Amino acid sequence: MTETISVLVNGKKITSEVEPRLLLSDYLREKLDLTGTHLGCEHGVCGACTILVNGRTVRSCLMLAVQVDGCEVDTVESLTEGDGMLSPLQQAFADNHALQCGFCTPGFLMTITGFLENNPDPNDEEIKQAISGNLCRCTGYTNILKAVKQVSKSRKLKEVVKE
Amino acid sequence: MKPAHFEYLKPITPDELYNQLSFYGEDAKIMAGGQSLVPIMNMRLSTPKYIIDINHIEDFSYIKLDGDHIAIGALTRQTEVENSSIVEKYCPLLQEAIRYVGHAQIRNMGTIGGTIAHADPSAEVPCVLSTLRGEIVVANVEEERVVSPEEFFLTYMLSSLEPTEVIKEIRIPILSKDSGYAFEEIARRDGDFAILEAIAVIDLNENGQVAAAKIGVGGAGPTPEILEDVEDFVVGKELTDNVLDDACEQIKDILEPDSDLHGSAEYRKDLASVLVKRALETALTRAKEGA
Repeated sequence: MTETISVLVNGKKITSEVEPRLLLSDYLREKLDLTGTHLGCEHGVCGACTILVNGRTVRSCLMLAVQVDGCEVDTVESLTEGDGMLSPLQQAFADNHALQCGFCTPGFLMTITGFLENNPDPNDEEIKQAISGNLCRCTGYTNILKAVKQVSKSRKLKEVVKE
Repeated sequence: MKPAHFEYLKPITPDELYNQLSFYGEDAKIMAGGQSLVPIMNMRLSTPKYIIDINHIEDFSYIKLDGDHIAIGALTRQTEVENSSIVEKYCPLLQEAIRYVGHAQIRNMGTIGGTIAHADPSAEVPCVLSTLRGEIVVANVEEERVVSPEEFFLTYMLSSLEPTEVIKEIRIPILSKDSGYAFEEIARRDGDFAILEAIAVIDLNENGQVAAAKIGVGGAGPTPEILEDVEDFVVGKELTDNVLDDACEQIKDILEPDSDLHGSAEYRKDLASVLVKRALETALTRAKEGA
């Protein structure tokens, strides 16, 4: 038995037939070929598979594809523009050496994207709290912290210029 | 595809759910937030024949004030409880505690009913519910019943919920504005399961003595534990350093935790004593500020 689901993935409406036991993470990677979402532990510990569902960060390995029927899903692929230019957050990661092997990076990018929506001007403690659900074994987190601060600072600057 | 094959049911109304539960009962597993169920299914520790996804039952999601308690629909996400102005105003203890549940990504999906149904003795919400003497409303096709946490939590990961029943609502008693409260927890890493957690709620009389106390710990046994002897001990007393030390010293004799790879029984007893003391100190400070 399969179920029909209709999902808005990165702004594009997609209708698929899925088996109920198909994990959302596997749906994105294998059915939709969106391999930016990485799978680390597949039981909700590492955070590499973090995506946004209806604007909220979730672990895609802890959801079934059938559960996002009618939902908006945004993956790391949604961050770059059509021309392949890096988003400010991705650029900040590059500028601050906030990644090394890059495996955990998509999860961090989506976690931070969701976080900055709700808290555009966070302090160090809040940033640490926000990224505590994502594991990185290369960077020691310090440079990720710097990258987040660079983004929130440049956003603030832009707002000041606008005013 | 990590989970084993199952049939997927998606009830829209409570009645539809109750009927499915009475029909499939033992073979079915209710899926709310899925933050504990899906990992268990991914690891094939559980292979239910039927998954009943209750995420579409709108009637199960609400936070409202109801007399002397806050009524929270079982399907309410932990994030919604965390951000609720009703919870902030009437039971800030719950708000303080729920921030320790997993990480933001987990709380965005995880539900208040799910964390109760899972019955993990080191989970935060069961400890709050037990310590405050809250209630759990469960329902099946025929009736609803109101259950106390003591009746509900049987042992590690086991509750008295029947296979044909579902948790419908959690009732959290409201705290008086003058109550001092505190939640303390130690975990290996931020967001991990607690090794131990402690809760203290106290009210002071006009002489600065304890008029009423609620004290509980989680992670020190198979269910959340209310420390009634310690509550009785502090009532009528002023919480001086000596009283606090005497109160917390006796905790080591009351609790009988098991040893596991996260901590020995001795360590847990010690931790319980230290964390209850910290919770009482913070509760005292807050009670004085409130008065």
